[in-house]
Parts: sequence; C-alpha cells; structure tokens
Amino acid sequence: MDINRTNIPEIAPTFRFQWEEVQDCYVVLYPEGMVKLSGSAGEIMKRVDGQNSIDDIIKDLENTFSENNLENDVSKFLEVAYDNGWIRNKK
Amino acid sequence: MITAGSETKSDIKPPLWLLAELTYRCPLQCPYCSNPVEIAKYQNEISTEDWIRVMHQARKMGATQLGFSGGEPLVRQDLEELIQEARHLGYYTNLITSGVGMDEERVKRFKDAGLDHIQISFQASNEELNNFIGGTKSFQHKKEMARVVKEYEYPMVLNIVIHRKNIDQIRDILDMTVELNADYVELASTQYYGWSRINVDQLLPTREQLANAEKVAKEYQEKMKGKSRIIYVIPDYFENRPKPCMNGWGAIFLTIAPDGTALPCHEAGQLPIEFPKVTDMSVEEIWNDSPGFNHFRGFDWMKEPCRSCPEKEKDFGGCRCQAFMITGDPNNADPVCDKSPYHQQLLDDVERIGKIAAEEKGKDIKEQPLIFRNMKNSKKVINGEELKESA
Repeated sequence: MDINRTNIPEIAPTFRFQWEEVQDCYVVLYPEGMVKLSGSAGEIMKRVDGQNSIDDIIKDLENTFSENNLENDVSKFLEVAYDNGWIRNKK
Repeated sequence: MITAGSETKSDIKPPLWLLAELTYRCPLQCPYCSNPVEIAKYQNEISTEDWIRVMHQARKMGATQLGFSGGEPLVRQDLEELIQEARHLGYYTNLITSGVGMDEERVKRFKDAGLDHIQISFQASNEELNNFIGGTKSFQHKKEMARVVKEYEYPMVLNIVIHRKNIDQIRDILDMTVELNADYVELASTQYYGWSRINVDQLLPTREQLANAEKVAKEYQEKMKGKSRIIYVIPDYFENRPKPCMNGWGAIFLTIAPDGTALPCHEAGQLPIEFPKVTDMSVEEIWNDSPGFNHFRGFDWMKEPCRSCPEKEKDFGGCRCQAFMITGDPNNADPVCDKSPYHQQLLDDVERIGKIAAEEKGKDIKEQPLIFRNMKNSKKVINGEELKESA
C-alpha cells in the first residue's frame, strides 16, 4: 500500500488499541486475540486518532524524540497496520 | 505454597483469558456440545455480584480477553450489566452465542454497554439440518442476527462446528459465510469431550470426508484472502502429535463454570482433581496457589514417553482430559501422539467408527442415533440410567 502523507488514519471500529499495565505495552485487541506492540509501534499508534494526518504523526514523533527522517520507519509500521486492518483512512 | 509442578510462584504468568460460562441453560440441544454431560448438576448459578468481583480480580491480574459463554449466555438477564462492567474494566469482550434470545433491540443495548464482538454459531448451511442438529427452529433467526451484527459494525465471527453430519456441505457452509460477510470463520472440528464424546460414533468424520473438506477450506482461504479469515483445524484424532492444549495448564486460560468452579480449561471438571470455587477464594489465590491450577504446571508430573521427549515444551504432552478419557490416567501422554502406547487404540477406534459411517450411507439423518444435549438426558447420565438415543 502507498502511504500518502495527507491521509488521516483512524483505529478501525473492529479493533481496539489500549495500554496494558501488566504487559507493560500498548496492545491491539480483536476477537479472541491480542497483539503486543513494541515501544515505537505504540508511540505511532497512540497518535492515530482520526485527526492527525500521517504527516502530523511523523512531525510530532520527530519533535518528541528529537530525531530526523522517521518517515521510513513510520510508513513501514503503518503499512503493517493497514494490512492487518487495525487502522483505516478516515473518510 | 503448594507446588505440584516445578515452577515457583514467580514463574507463573498471569491469566490472559477469562471464559465466563454464565449458565448451562440453553435453548439448543446440539449433540456435540462441549459442556459437561452433567449440566443438570449446575442449577445453582453464581450471582451478578460474584461475576463482577471475578472480573475485577482477573482484570487486575492482567486478563484482557473476556468471553461470555455458556450454555446460552443470552439467558442471563444480567448480561447487559456484566458487559458494561467488563468494558469499564478494559476487557475486550466477546459474546459467544447461538443468537437465540437476541433481537436488534438487544444488540443495540450490547453496543451501548460496550460489547466488542459477537460470535454466532450455525449448525449447518441449510435450514432443515441446522434446526435438526440444534433441536430448535433457529436458522432464519440466526441469519437475521448475523445481518444485524454486521449493521452495528461488530467484527463478525461465524462459528460452525464440523462433524460427520455436516462436513460434506462444507462448500455450502462457506458460501453462506461469504453471503453473510463474516470477518472471521471458525470451522471448528468437533472435539470429543462432553456430549460429543458420547456421540463420537455418530460424529467423527471419515478420512475421505476430511481430505475433501481440507481441500475446499483451502480453496476458500485463498479466495477470501484479505476479506475473511477462515480457520479450519482437523480433528486431532487424525493427527500424530497432540495439540499444545490450552497453551499449557494454568498458563493463559481461566474458565469459570456457572456454579463458580474455576477451571484451567472448560473440560477439566471431569478430571479426578479438586478445583476451587470463586465464592471460596480470590482469583489470584486460585491461579497462583490452588493445587488444582498447579497440578500440571511444569514438567515434573510427566510420565514416559513425555518426560524424556524433546517436544514436551512444545505440546506439554497434549490434552490431560483426552489422556484421562482414553487411558484412564490423566498423567499419561495424550494418545493422539504416536509415541503413546495407547495410540493404536485410538487408530482402532477411528477405524471402527469408519465402518459405522460406511453402513449409514444413504440413511436419513433422523434415523441415525444421536443423543441430544438437554437436561433430561443429563439427569439420566447422573442417575446412571440408560440413554435412549432419540432423533
């Protein structure tokens, strides 16, 4: 999938994203299953709220973690998230 | 602390799955039901307050998935209240139902209460067989409910238990799931516990049927890629290695039976082991300290051929209940494993049942002796009366 930086992603209604204290990580929940996210994946998903564009998300992450050129890493993860149906573009 | 296994307390990981069997009452009578045949013994159901306390305690330990199951969970009038509390606690809530006892109004109330997912079971892809197996006129209603579930944007899982009486219609079944826009399809091969165990002669498919079903399932898995996830696992009686049952004893799953008995799996009540009740101790004590939950943790309990087997950490010796049912000793290897001295007995059984299957060819299903799951038959089992197979 092509990642267009102007797209505004949101969590798909058939998945849930939340922090799990005992697991000490963010998770994606779906019927009878759970995926534990890495720290960086969690930081990206946290910003997927149906308001931020992908561009906003990348810039915010670069600011927060004082890093440049995060576009590649973010795009790579978002592709996985789109492919798994965790997120979709807001219409 | 009592440790039957070799693990110390710090090795015990918290439960991830809480299966709440709210009731064994059910409007359906499926002869493959995985509930215990002694369902009539479970008349005393724990209260709403008990369930809420259990949900709090398990969630605090780290459980994320919560299944409302049964019997038919819709029978419980407090279901909406329990869903609301579960969602509030942060569980991902699954309702595992026949759809009988649901209407659009109730689906809407569940949505408002925060239910995440509804799984509807079908018995077959045509009305006659569906209603016969379920013992209830439910087919059209189930289809209607599947449409409503979709309309309310729930992820839809359709579950069809597969056995000798419906396996040849697997193509029609899959077409039906496509028509209903299922997001996930579970073609659940009958596992031979509870009611299905006493009906195994009538339910176990033949090798030829299985080969065909696998081919068709694969075809649809390819065809529906990206649209619907189709899960099909063949019955383990046809395997040479056992399943890693429940991902290990007391490792992930916590089942609570309608009377409050806590079990490491919903079949474990049949084992000659004592299990605690949630009305007597907390979930944490049950999970960490009770002898029942520690019984098959670790590897010290194992006998040969499991004890020295290099695969023991992969499958944990298989299913304790299956070992108990077939060999009489729950410490034995699951006889599905071809290293088990009882494996030949299983093969002989499969062959014997294959002959029954060959003889029934062409006969109407209603002439084939099935024992339906209902309180009347359950009472007979409890009283040691002979079960009349009735259609």
